[in-house]
Amino acid sequence: MNPNTAKETYLDAMGAAEKGLAGAPSWLRELRRSGAARFAEAGFPTTRDEAWKYTDVTPIVQAGFQSVAKGANGVDPARLDGFWFENLPSHRLVFVNGHYSEKLSTPGAWPEGVTVMSLAEALRDQAHRIEPYLGRCVPEKAHGFAALNTALFADGAFIHLGRGARLTWPIHLLYVTTGAGEPLLSQPRNLVVAEEDSQAVLIENYVAIGESVYFTNALTEVVVGPHALIEHYRLQEEGAQAFHIGGLHAHLDRDGRFTAHGIDLGGRLVRNDLRSVLDAEGAECQMNGLYVLGGRQHVDNHTHIDHAKPRGTSREFYKGVLDGRSRAVFHGRVIVRPDAQHTDAQQVNNNLLLSRDAEADTKPQLEIYADDVKCAHGATVGQLDPDALFYLRSRAVDETAARDLLTYAFARDVLSRLRLEPVRSQLERHLAAKLRVAALPQTQEVF
Amino acid sequence: MPTSAQQLDTLLKREYKAGFVTDVETDAVPPGLNEDVIRLISAKKNEPEFMREWRLKAYRHWLTMTTPAWAHVHYPPIDYQAIVYYSAPKAGKDGPRSLDEVDPKLLETYEKLGIPLKERALLAGVAVDAVFDSVSVATTFREKLGSLGIIFCSFSEAVQNHPELVQKYLGSVVPYTDNFYATLNSAVFSDGSFVYVPKGVRCPMELSTYFRINASKTGQFERTLIIADEGAYVSYLEGCSAPMRDENQLHAAVVELVALKDAQIKYSTVQNWYPGDAQGRGGIYNFVTKRGACRGPNARISWTQVETGSAITWKYPSVILEGDNSVGEFYSVAVTNNFQQADTGTKMIHIGKNTKSTIISKGIAAGRGSNAYRGLVKILKGAENARNYTQCDSLLMGDKCSAHTFPYIEVKNPTARVEHEATTSKISDDQLFYLQSRGLSTEDAVSMVVNGFCKAVFKELPMEFAVEAQKLLGVSLEGAIG
Repeated sequence: MNPNTAKETYLDAMGAAEKGLAGAPSWLRELRRSGAARFAEAGFPTTRDEAWKYTDVTPIVQAGFQSVAKGANGVDPARLDGFWFENLPSHRLVFVNGHYSEKLSTPGAWPEGVTVMSLAEALRDQAHRIEPYLGRCVPEKAHGFAALNTALFADGAFIHLGRGARLTWPIHLLYVTTGAGEPLLSQPRNLVVAEEDSQAVLIENYVAIGESVYFTNALTEVVVGPHALIEHYRLQEEGAQAFHIGGLHAHLDRDGRFTAHGIDLGGRLVRNDLRSVLDAEGAECQMNGLYVLGGRQHVDNHTHIDHAKPRGTSREFYKGVLDGRSRAVFHGRVIVRPDAQHTDAQQVNNNLLLSRDAEADTKPQLEIYADDVKCAHGATVGQLDPDALFYLRSRAVDETAARDLLTYAFARDVLSRLRLEPVRSQLERHLAAKLRVAALPQTQEVF
Repeated sequence: MPTSAQQLDTLLKREYKAGFVTDVETDAVPPGLNEDVIRLISAKKNEPEFMREWRLKAYRHWLTMTTPAWAHVHYPPIDYQAIVYYSAPKAGKDGPRSLDEVDPKLLETYEKLGIPLKERALLAGVAVDAVFDSVSVATTFREKLGSLGIIFCSFSEAVQNHPELVQKYLGSVVPYTDNFYATLNSAVFSDGSFVYVPKGVRCPMELSTYFRINASKTGQFERTLIIADEGAYVSYLEGCSAPMRDENQLHAAVVELVALKDAQIKYSTVQNWYPGDAQGRGGIYNFVTKRGACRGPNARISWTQVETGSAITWKYPSVILEGDNSVGEFYSVAVTNNFQQADTGTKMIHIGKNTKSTIISKGIAAGRGSNAYRGLVKILKGAENARNYTQCDSLLMGDKCSAHTFPYIEVKNPTARVEHEATTSKISDDQLFYLQSRGLSTEDAVSMVVNGFCKAVFKELPMEFAVEAQKLLGVSLEGAIG
C-alpha cells in the first residue's frame, strides 16, 4: 500500500468512526476530530523529518494495518500464566488486541479512592471524570502516529488515584496480541491521573501469542499531581514480526515524582516517545532504559524532558546491547526553560556493539535557556573493554564466557535500578538466558 | 591615541590625492544575480572556461535549493537579489577616509587589543593601500616561500597561474552541490587564498591573509583552497583578532583543505566580524562551509577557531578521515554576547582504519546570546578501531542567554570507541568568591575563570594569536557581568 492510500484508508476509518460518535459528549467528538485533523496534516513521518531521521516507518505504512472489532479472539487464560511475574501479587488487567477483556482480568479489590477500569467503559459511564485530562499531555504538534491513536483508539486503561490514595500492589496491564491472518492494528490508550499525595506502581507489558505481523500503536498519558509518586514500567516483549510505536506523556505538578523504566526486548521495528513536562517547582523525573537487540531489530527511543519550572531534577540512564544486524537510535532532548533556575539534569546513553553489522545512532541534546543550572550528558558507543576481557581470561574464563559475562554486567546496570524485586529478578534471568550466563545473585538496590 | 590618529590622518590626506575612486566605479556590477552576472564576474577575472562552467553549474543548482532552516538561529529572510556580487576593493568611496571617521568604539577596542596602528587602519577599512607598502611586504614573503616551491597567492592568481591544481582540487572537498550557501559561493565567489605546499616541504612560517594584503578585502564570498602534498606541513591563520568594519550582511565563505599522505594542515581562525550593536541591530551573518579531507594515510587536519564576532555564526569545520591512521581535530571557543547567535560545531567522518578525532568545544553565552554546538561523529563500516573523544562545555552568564548542544553520533563499526560528554553551568560563585577574596575585581575574576575555561582551546593557537584571543575574549564579554 503506498503512503497516500494508507493515509486515505485511515482517514476513511476516522470519518466512519465520527459517525458512531453521535451520542458522545462534545469534548470527546472535538478531541477525536482534532486527532483526525492533525493526522491529515502530519501524515506518516518520513526519514526527512529530523525526529525520524534514523527510523523508516515505510513497512508499517505499506502493511495497511487495520483494527479489529472487540471480542474477535478468544484466549485461554492458561496461555497468560507465563506472562505474570512470579511472587508478585498484582492487580491484573488484560487487553486483547487493544480491547479490555473482563474474562481474563483479575483486578482484585481496589482501596478507597482508587478507580481502575476500561477507558472505553469510563468514557461511556463517567466521561466527566476523563474530560479534564484526556489528550492534555500530548503536544499539539505530535507526530502522525500519536494523532492516529487519538482519532481511533478503542480502549485502554483508566486509572484514577484520589487524593492520598496509595496502592500496595502494582497494577499490571497486559497487552496481548493474538496471531490472526490479517495485519492487525491495536491502539491502546491509557490515562493515569494521580491526585495530590497519591502513589502507585504500574506495569505496562506488551506481549504476543503466536507469531504474526501486527502493529501496536500505544499511547499513555500520566498526570502526576502535587507530591504524587508514579513508578511506571514499560516492558516491551512484542513478537519478532511486530511493529510497536509507543508514547508515554507525563505532566508533573509540584514535587511530583515520576519514574519510567523502559525495557525493550522484542519487536522488529520499535519507536518509543517519552515526554515529561516538569511543570511546577521541585518535580523529579527519572527515565531508565535498556534495549537488548539482535537479528534485524530496530529500536528507537526518543526522550524529551521539559524543565518548565525551577528546582526540577531529571535523571536519564539508557543502555543498549546490539548484536546481529540490529540498530538502535537514542535521542535524548532536555530543555531548560528561562524560568527553570536551579535545574539539575543528567543524562547518560551507553551502547555496546557486539557485531560488525550492528549500528548505534545517538543524539543527546541540551537546550538551555536559564543560567543557574547544572546540566550534563554523556554518550558512548563502543565494544567491551579489552582490559576487562583480559582480566577474566587470565583467570581461566574462556573468551565467549568472558564476553557474555561482561555484556550481562553492562546491561544489568539498568535492571538494578528497577525497584520491584520480582520484576528485576525475572528480567535478569531472562537476560542471563539470552546471554548464556548464570544470573548473578541479587545485590542491594540502587535506591 | 589622538596624536597617532593625527599622524595617520596626515599620511592619509597626503596620499589620498592619488584618487582611485574611478577605478572602483568601473569594477562593480549591479546588484542581483543571474547567469549574466556570473559570466560578467568570470570575464572580469579573465577566468578559463572550466571555471566559468563550474560557476554556472553551481548557479543552476542553487536555483533548485532552498534556504536551510535547521540551524538554531533566527534572522529575517535574505534578499539575494539585493546583494552586489562583485565589487573589487570594497573600501572604496563608501569607506571612511581616515581613522577620524571610524566609529570611536572600534578604535577603543583596537587600543585595548594593542593592534599596531597600520593594522588598525587596515582593519577599519580605511584605504590603506597607500599608507604602507603592502606590495613589498607581500613580495618579501612570497620570494621566501617561492624558493621552497610553496605557492601562496590569491585565488584569482592561482586560477591564472596554476589552473591545473585549481581544476584538480576545487570542489573536491566541498562540491558545488554541497549546501545552499556553499553553492551560492561556488557560483559567485570573488577571491580568497590559495596555498599549495609541495611534497615533503615544511612551511617555515605561519601563513596568513594579513601578509597577503592585496587580497584581504575579498569580502563576502571568499574561497580558500589549501593543499598539502605528501609529507608537507602548513599552518594557516585566517582572519584577524580585531573587529572588521564591514557593513555587509551576508558572508558565505568556503574553505577546502586537502591533506595527502603524511601531510599536516593546521588551520586557525579568530573571527571577530562586526557583531551588531548592543540592541542587536546590524552585524554580519557568517554562514561558512569549511571542510578538510585527509586523503592519505597518516594525514592530519586540525581546526582551531575562536568565534567572538558576527551577529549570526553558522559554521561547521569538518574533517573527512579517508586515509588510514589519519587524525582530525577541532578546537573551538564560541562567544555570544548581546543578541549574537552562534550555531557551530564540527563533523568528523571516519572512513579509514585507526582514524582518530578529538573535539573540544567551549561555548560561552552572555547577555541575550544564543550559543549552540552541533556536531556529527560518523564511524563508517570500514573504520576499524576508530576513536573519537568529544567534550563540549557551555558557560552561561546572565539569565537571558541560552546554550544548546545537538550532537549526532552514528556508529557502524563495533571496534570503534566514541565518547561524548557535555556540561552546562554558570560561572561558579565559589570560584568567583575565592578570586575576589584574594583581591581581584569582579571583572578580573570573571575573565580569569573564562580564560581557564577556554585554555584547552587557546593552547592550540599559535602563540601571538593566543595572546590576542585572550584579550579579545575580555573585550567581547565586557559588560556581561556586574
